[in-house]
Amino acid sequence: MSAHSTTYVPKNAAAKWLESRLPIIGLVHSSFVAFPVPRNLNYMWTFGAILMAMLVLQIVTGIVLAMHYTPHADMAFASVEHIMRDVHYGWLMRYLHANGASFFFVAVFIHMFKGMYYGSYKAPREVLWILGVIILLLMMGTAFMGYVLPWGQMSYWGATVITNLFSVIPVVGDVVVSFLWGGYSVGNPTLNRFFSLHYLLPFMLFGVVILHIWALHVPGNNNPAGIPIKSGKDAIPFHPYMTVKDTLSLVIFLIVLSWFVFYMPNYLGHADNYVPANPAATPSHIVPEWYFLPFYAILRAIPNALLGVIAMFASIAVLAFLPWLDTSKVRSASYRPAFRVFFWLFVATCIGLGYLGAMPAEGGYVVAAQILTFYYFAHFLVILPLLGLFETPKPLPNSISESIFGKDGSGKSGSAMPVGAAAQPQSK
Amino acid sequence: MKKTLIIAGAFMAALALPMEAARAAEQVTPMRHSWSFSGPFGTYDRAQLQRGFQVFREACSACHGLDKVAFRNFAEPGGPEFTVGQVDALAAEYFVQDGPDEFGDMFERPARAADRWPSPFPNSAAAAAANGGKAPPDLSVMAKARTYERGFPWFITDMFTQYNENGVDYIASLLQGYVDPPEDFELLDGAIYNLYYPGNVIAMPPVLNPEQIEYPRDAQGRPVVPETIEQYAKDVTAFLMWTAEPHLEQRKRIGFQVMIFLLIFAGLLYFTKKKIWGRLGEGEAQGRNA
Repeated sequence: MSAHSTTYVPKNAAAKWLESRLPIIGLVHSSFVAFPVPRNLNYMWTFGAILMAMLVLQIVTGIVLAMHYTPHADMAFASVEHIMRDVHYGWLMRYLHANGASFFFVAVFIHMFKGMYYGSYKAPREVLWILGVIILLLMMGTAFMGYVLPWGQMSYWGATVITNLFSVIPVVGDVVVSFLWGGYSVGNPTLNRFFSLHYLLPFMLFGVVILHIWALHVPGNNNPAGIPIKSGKDAIPFHPYMTVKDTLSLVIFLIVLSWFVFYMPNYLGHADNYVPANPAATPSHIVPEWYFLPFYAILRAIPNALLGVIAMFASIAVLAFLPWLDTSKVRSASYRPAFRVFFWLFVATCIGLGYLGAMPAEGGYVVAAQILTFYYFAHFLVILPLLGLFETPKPLPNSISESIFGKDGSGKSGSAMPVGAAAQPQSK
Repeated sequence: MKKTLIIAGAFMAALALPMEAARAAEQVTPMRHSWSFSGPFGTYDRAQLQRGFQVFREACSACHGLDKVAFRNFAEPGGPEFTVGQVDALAAEYFVQDGPDEFGDMFERPARAADRWPSPFPNSAAAAAANGGKAPPDLSVMAKARTYERGFPWFITDMFTQYNENGVDYIASLLQGYVDPPEDFELLDGAIYNLYYPGNVIAMPPVLNPEQIEYPRDAQGRPVVPETIEQYAKDVTAFLMWTAEPHLEQRKRIGFQVMIFLLIFAGLLYFTKKKIWGRLGEGEAQGRNA
C-alpha cells in the first residue's frame, strides 16, 4: 500500500484535514475507484464482490439472530422457533442466514473454480491464493459450528461425527476430543463454545479478506487471457466499469438467493434438523450440509479412520500447493486446450463426490467414492505437474487489447486509463 | 469446449445410473396432493385450517403436543383466523401449570391466549409410558421435520418447479396409509402396518375413521367437504403446515415484492452497464464488450 494516494486530491477543507491525518479517503479511492483492472474481465470476476456482500449479509443477519437466540441445550431449539414465530421478520433473518450460508459457498466454489481455470493462483499471486484457502477453512469452520446452533438432530449428530474425528490423533486423540467437547460427549458446553466461536470466526475471516484484497492489489487482477496489463489501453478504472458490473451480477445472484429464501427456504437443508436433538436416537443417515458433501465422501471412502481424516484435510491442503503443482508457463485455460478437458473432468469429479457424500456408505457407492477420491488427488499430484510439461498451448496474444480487438483493431478504441505511473498497480 | 463437456457429461451419467435402484425399495413414494399453499402465490385455505384444527383437537391432541403454538396464534392473520373471543374461550378449556404462588406452591389455572398449547403429558417419559414405549412426537414443526427423497434428477428439477411439499405429502399419505399388509409381509402380533412409513411398521395406531369427526354443515345439512379419511388427512396436514410455517403467506407476499423489485433493478442495471461500457467503444469491434 502506498502511503499517499496520488489519484485522490482532496478539494474541500474537511477532506484535506482528514486526509492529512488518516488518508482513508485516498486509500478507498485508489483501491476501489481509480484502481486499474484489465478491460477483458468477464462475469466470473464479479464473485469477489458477491462474496464480500454475502459476508456482510451473514454478519448483519447473524448479529440480529444472536440478539434473540439462546445458546443452551435446553432452550436453543425453542429459541430458534421463537425467532421464526414471534420476532418480527425473525423468519426472514433466519432464512436469509441459513440460505445465505449455502449461497456463500455457491459463490466461493465458483470463485475458486474461476481461479483454477484461469491460473489466478500462479506467480505472483501465490499468497493471494493461499489466503483464499485460509478463508475457505474459516468459512467451513464457521458454517459447521453455525449448523450445530439450532440443536436439531443433524446439528447434534453432525457435531458428534465431526468432533469424534479428532480422536484419530495418535496418543492424545481422546483427550483432545473431550477437551473440544467440554465433557464426555457433545452437550451444552459444546454448544456454548460453538456459539462463541461462530460469532468470532467471521470477524477473523473479515481480517483475512482484507489481506486477500491487499494481496490482490499488489499485482492487480488476473484476466481471462492470463497475460498482464502491458499499457494503459489494456486497463480500465474500477469505477464505474467494475462497480456497475459487480452490482448487476450481485443483483442477479440475490434474485437466485431470494428464490430460495422466499419460496423454498428449507430445500437446501435437512428435515431431520427440525427434530429436536436426542442423544438417545441416532438418525438413519447422518449427512452434513451440501457444501461439505464432497469432503464427507472423501472421508468415508478410506476404510481406515486416521487415513480418512488425513485424506479429508489433505483434499483442502493440496489446494495450497497448487501454484507449485501446476508446471505450465501459460496461465489461462483459454490457451491450454488439453488442460481444459482435465479441468472439466475435475469439476465433474467434485460434483460426483458431492453426490456420493449424500448416499449411504455402502456397496457400489464406496467403490465409486474411492475411484473419485483417487482421481481428485491425481488431478493435483499427477495430471497438473505432467500437463505443463507435455501439453501444447495455443499461442498467446501480444496484449489484452489485442485479445479483444485482434491485431488490426488496436487503434480502434481510445485509452480508458491515463498511461501515467499513478494509475498502475504497484508492481507487475 | 463442446467435446470436453460431452466427455464430462458421459462421466457424470455413468455415475448416476446404477445407484437409484438400490434405494427405491426402502420407502413407497408418498402420494402427491394439491395444496392451496404450494407455489409462489399459495395461501392457506382458512376453512381448511379450521377444519384441520378440529381434526387435530379431536383425533391427535390426546397424544401429541403442539408446544410451539400459542392460543393467540389462532387469531392472527395468515392462519385459521378465529376471532379473539373464540380464542379466549378455547384457551379457557385447557389448564396450564403456573406458579409458584405466595406459598411457594405450583398451581393449575385456565390457559390464556398468551399461553402455549399444553402438552398432554408432563414429559417424554410419561408420554412413552402411556404409549407402549414410544413417545408421540410434538407436532408443531412436523410438516418440516419429515420428507421423502425424490432422487436424481428430481432434486434438480424441483428447484425450478418449487416443489417443496415433500413433508406434507408424506404426512397426508401416511395418515391414509393404514392398509392391509401384502400377503408376503410378516407382521408380528400387535405390530401396526403402514404403507408409507419407512420399514412399514409404525408405533402409531390409525386414528382417522370415516365420519368420525363432524364437519360444519351447509344449508342443506350436508358436510361442506366429505367426511372421509382422505379429507381428514388433508385438512389436518394443512393445519400442521400452518403450525410449522405460520408466516408462509407473508413470506410469499414479500417474496413477490422482492422478486419484482430485484428484476426491475437488474433490468435497469443491465442497461446502465451497457451504456457505461459502451464508452469504451468495444461493442462493434468484437460483438461483445465483456
